[in-house]
Amino acid sequence: MTQTLFINARLIDPVALTDSRGALLMRNGKITAVYETAPTPPKGASVIDCGGQCLAPGIIDIGVKVSEPGERHKESFRTAGRAAAAGGVTTIVTRPDTSPAIDTPETLEFVARRAALDAPVNVLPMAALTKGRDGREMTEIGFLQDAGAVAFTDCDRVISNTKVFSRALTYARSLDALVIAHVQDPGLSDGAAVTSGKFASLRGLPGVSPMAERMALDRDIALLEMTGARYHADQITTARALPALERAKRNGLRITAGIGIHHLTLNELDVADYRTFFKLKPPLRSEDDRQAVVQAVADGLIDIISSMHSPQDEESKRLPFEEAASGAVGLETLLPAALRLYHADAIDLPRLFRALSLNPAHLLGLAAGRLLAGAPADLILFDPDAPFQLDRARLMSKSKNTPFDGARMQGKVLGTWVAGTRIWEGH
Amino acid sequence: MTFRAKHLLGIEHLHPTEITTLLDLADSYADHNRRGIAHRDVLAGLTQINMFFESSTRTQASFELAGKRLGADVMNMGMQASSIKKGETLIDTALTLNAMRPDLLVVRHPHSGAVDLLAQKVNCAVLNAGDGKHEHPTQALLDALTIRRAKGRLHRLSIAICGDIAHSRVARSNIMLLGKMENRIRLIAPPTLMPAGVSEFGCEVFENMEEGLRDVDVVMMLRLQKERMDGGFIPSEREYFHRYGLDAAKLSHAKPDAIVMHPGPMNRGVEIDGNIADDINRSVIQEQVEMGVAVRMAAMDLLARNLRAQRQEVMV
Repeated sequence: MTQTLFINARLIDPVALTDSRGALLMRNGKITAVYETAPTPPKGASVIDCGGQCLAPGIIDIGVKVSEPGERHKESFRTAGRAAAAGGVTTIVTRPDTSPAIDTPETLEFVARRAALDAPVNVLPMAALTKGRDGREMTEIGFLQDAGAVAFTDCDRVISNTKVFSRALTYARSLDALVIAHVQDPGLSDGAAVTSGKFASLRGLPGVSPMAERMALDRDIALLEMTGARYHADQITTARALPALERAKRNGLRITAGIGIHHLTLNELDVADYRTFFKLKPPLRSEDDRQAVVQAVADGLIDIISSMHSPQDEESKRLPFEEAASGAVGLETLLPAALRLYHADAIDLPRLFRALSLNPAHLLGLAAGRLLAGAPADLILFDPDAPFQLDRARLMSKSKNTPFDGARMQGKVLGTWVAGTRIWEGH
Repeated sequence: MTFRAKHLLGIEHLHPTEITTLLDLADSYADHNRRGIAHRDVLAGLTQINMFFESSTRTQASFELAGKRLGADVMNMGMQASSIKKGETLIDTALTLNAMRPDLLVVRHPHSGAVDLLAQKVNCAVLNAGDGKHEHPTQALLDALTIRRAKGRLHRLSIAICGDIAHSRVARSNIMLLGKMENRIRLIAPPTLMPAGVSEFGCEVFENMEEGLRDVDVVMMLRLQKERMDGGFIPSEREYFHRYGLDAAKLSHAKPDAIVMHPGPMNRGVEIDGNIADDINRSVIQEQVEMGVAVRMAAMDLLARNLRAQRQEVMV
């Protein structure tokens, strides 16, 4: 029986939305008690003095791409797991857009086995909603659920055939399976590399109107009214999509929404002279949109912040902008980037962890994501102020495609615990 | 030194005095070309490589002639046919060429920003001969020289740019250059061929030719790509010509001495009436081609001076 008492901690509680001094006791991988003032340590317990730093539930990151199977040279479970540990992410929820796609129980078992062998953090796999992510035939949602799939998604591919999508949603509802969709009208966004507007036009890059996001969300909301499925929009990044989301929630549809950290902290102008590390899907938006979605996270309208970790090797990025691959790594920069919002007084820490830890746990039905007795002891200790300059060469990820290379950031993870075991010690 | 650029990648980063310097030099080259005065010593001993990843006859010929008139050793590489077909990346192609130690690299590429990317990897001077829908700086410079010679100045003119502005790198470079030189720019196009965010460009925007052309000094027509003609962006060639093709009736709204320009190659009967294009009193299209050689001579001359100065510094 191992016991650890954290004393002198700044407890970030996303349930009570408090940020206060206190202590926390964990035993056998679970949180057993939370105190306002530290008790005498139980016999045999080790004591960790947090020195007034923040103790928060570990981050649950939905939508992480680990490039196994298929592209292990970009990211493996070992490197993604270490990056997660260093970044304060205690659970990664992996994407099925590998090659081949995770669309059968057999490939899902491969992923689960590799993850258990190599990753120090919790790994929960998602599976494809349609076979080969082709948008034609639904996968074996029931078998995949039995094999451990926590959600079903075709990732950045939109199912354009509404008949196929409505049937998949209807079938998923019968199993209470969560469907995660990318919201981007496929016709309007075809071939786009950036968001349309003055910047895109002057750079001569093909752009997509931000309206493509709202169009796809409106369509999906109609399908939800029709089918009653449980649905999560992976990334809501534009102001114009927010009223539709708000209305759908108010009408009682089972809908939630997420956003990637890069859309909360960067805008379209960061692409500057064709910097491909800033090429994302959906593309970075205008500053007006960025401010609107930051407010939506603070208000709780957008539920979840993810890293949308997408490893790409140098070869896929060192190309003309239109030809370069999309996506950025984010496991290690998720917390310091999110802390930019805290330092800018846009979102306080409890609300930040509501979006990073609590809401993802709610969505997936996990007991983690909170500082409550009985919850798993998935914890992070971090200094929100510690300054550093990011050097991409020092990232744990195999791929180094971060838009924050050379950026001055604040926030360092001092310790990460998964089920009570310390898996990261920062300096 | 009033021309400090290392490369000519676009108009965006040029200062108005650099533009004037280049045009002044090009002006004298244009006169010398007419009088048959040779300058084979200017680029003597330097190697110029023309790398065209997108087919071109006119621009490539113009750059080749400009280089040869100044005495450079010119090599043409048709890149559609070669290494990219074998899977070589743009950067590898650049590094390979760089190892051959060229002095001037003239590049055209179908993707916006590709020439910028290539310029980061080589030690020589790079000239952008058109990248995607981004920029075509020498075209804007030759247009500017043509206007300056015809109108006697390059400021406070009213200039209409008409046609497929959305897909045109010529339009972008011209908007930037003519804006920097403080002209009044009007953009005329059907809304489907207007770039997004055009209201923030600092230009006047028109969807009607007659209104847009009223009292302008210069009418600059753009080429309409064949693949955009049928149904996608406009309903048909004939409807386009009817509403946006430059004919005598539409041109009558411009100033009586307004000049007509076209970057070529022209689609007669689509964006411009053949009679207008051939009207020696209005059309300066042939002069544009002539100024093209002079402008490219001036650009390569200035870049070569900077290149030599830079190499001298390294040696000292």
